[in-house]
Amino acid sequence: MSRTALAALFLGAALVAPTLASADSSLTAAGSTALLPLVKASAEAYQDKHPDVKISVTGGGSRVGITQVAAKAVDLGDSDILAKGYPDLVDHRVAVIGFSVLTHPGINVKNVTKRQLQDIFAGKITNWKEVGGADVKIVIINRPRSSGTRAVFTQTIMGNTPVNESGLTEDATGTVITAVRTTPGAVSYAAFSGTKRFENGRYETVEGISELAIDGVAPTEENVENGKYPIWSYEHIYTNGVASKDASRFLAFISSNSAIIHQLGYILTRDMKVSESDR
Amino acid sequence: MIAVKASKAHRTESIALAVLRSASGFFIVSIALLIGYLAVEGTKLFTVDHKSVFEFLFSPSFAPDQGHVGALPFILGSLFVTGFAIAVGGPFGVAVGVFFAELAPKRVASAMKPAIEVLVGIPSVVYGWLGLTLLVPLIRNATGSTGFGLLAAGIVLSLMILPTVVSLTEDAVKVVPDSLREGSLALGATRWETIWRVLLPAASSGIGVAIILGIARAIGETLAIQLVLGNAPVLPTGLLSPASALTSEIVMDMGGAAQNSLLQHTLFSMAFLLLLIAMGLIVLVKLVTRKAT
Repeated sequence: MSRTALAALFLGAALVAPTLASADSSLTAAGSTALLPLVKASAEAYQDKHPDVKISVTGGGSRVGITQVAAKAVDLGDSDILAKGYPDLVDHRVAVIGFSVLTHPGINVKNVTKRQLQDIFAGKITNWKEVGGADVKIVIINRPRSSGTRAVFTQTIMGNTPVNESGLTEDATGTVITAVRTTPGAVSYAAFSGTKRFENGRYETVEGISELAIDGVAPTEENVENGKYPIWSYEHIYTNGVASKDASRFLAFISSNSAIIHQLGYILTRDMKVSESDR
Repeated sequence: MIAVKASKAHRTESIALAVLRSASGFFIVSIALLIGYLAVEGTKLFTVDHKSVFEFLFSPSFAPDQGHVGALPFILGSLFVTGFAIAVGGPFGVAVGVFFAELAPKRVASAMKPAIEVLVGIPSVVYGWLGLTLLVPLIRNATGSTGFGLLAAGIVLSLMILPTVVSLTEDAVKVVPDSLREGSLALGATRWETIWRVLLPAASSGIGVAIILGIARAIGETLAIQLVLGNAPVLPTGLLSPASALTSEIVMDMGGAAQNSLLQHTLFSMAFLLLLIAMGLIVLVKLVTRKAT
């Protein structure tokens, strides 16, 4: 293990070093896999317009984004959560994202109450038939502790009740969706950008999963904007100190490009009619 | 003329020796630094955070964000998958190794030896990937569980340690002097009796080393088992329930562990524990080989 990790470290350093060396015309971003699609698509569009700027984007999880930008290993740290305890980091809210509670389609449940959802994730309800669904055992799929998605979910739904961890743990939005699709009885939480697809002018749930409504409120953009749907958060991109000229131009590009934002399932910050404290 | 030649040879010699010395010096210093660093970081959990070693080793509750640093779920997970791999892959590997050394026709043996060595070179992520796409669905359909868990990881590891055990066993049996074989056959023993009563005892220390290095390979394995374990940071409740190992837990949480947080210190302690286990296994290898000679 240690040998592989060291080798990976050296390889990583070798790959990153040239990008850092010419920092004036290049930007690096890492962090939240919920925010990854937006930053990636924006980076491509931005580089088409500005061929002299190179932007490289990776995932890793929200806390990775925060620790990496704090260590100046990347220029931009993507996060679903606030970076508490890092006074040097400057917060840029680029968008809002909603999070779906997603399930394997075979469970025949479309709606749960917030209370039921708490009990499911606390491990008190263990079979879908207890909430009016099929007789299938519930398999909870969590994200690891470094996940911002997990932080948002526990803050908005669980409160002080700890989540049951005896199910599976998957370390990115993409792997969560694959696991839910292939595991009967599975339930997890993931950003709209992973659970929805924009087609013919409207959003559709990606194939092979179902999304749960909470207290009768469906997980849609409108319901997030008007504050009826509880699980959402600002998407933060942090810079270490004041953003460089290139960085602030790119950040402005991300947050104002409504075409990309809507297409990928995000919400413009200016469309929000409620604030985080109203949740 | 001769003197000039001699002094030139002398100079080359001293340069070569200096290069060798500094290379090995560098090697020793970097190993010492690595161990020292892990020892310092790995004990901060106890010296800085004042958690007890007892809690770290024996508490089943792991939630560093709430101050619980019990690593028992991961220690048990690691021990179990390693034990499973040795229990299944060990005897099987020894059997195959003995077959190659004693029974296989020359042509078969010379074709299979490189094939086994190729198995060693397959990256562990490939083993894990195969486990995830073939083994996990198989277990899920057969048992109705999620398919992720100790069983899947144990099977993947059993396969992964085979090449190590097979080739080391083969070498150990091959170096048994022919006089022993001839003596045994001359006494009227069958081939099987020769293998069971003479060759295996004679090669036992080499086979012991094969098994120990198999254990070392298994306990340090990360990616392959992370993909199929399910990564639940709780005490394993059965073969089919998701679990975690020391290595897989480190890789799941290390990226997100903030500098000097309780989580980071706990992960370092787990890494240090793995290092101690590896060192213990090396000492064991030394003891086994010393006993033989």
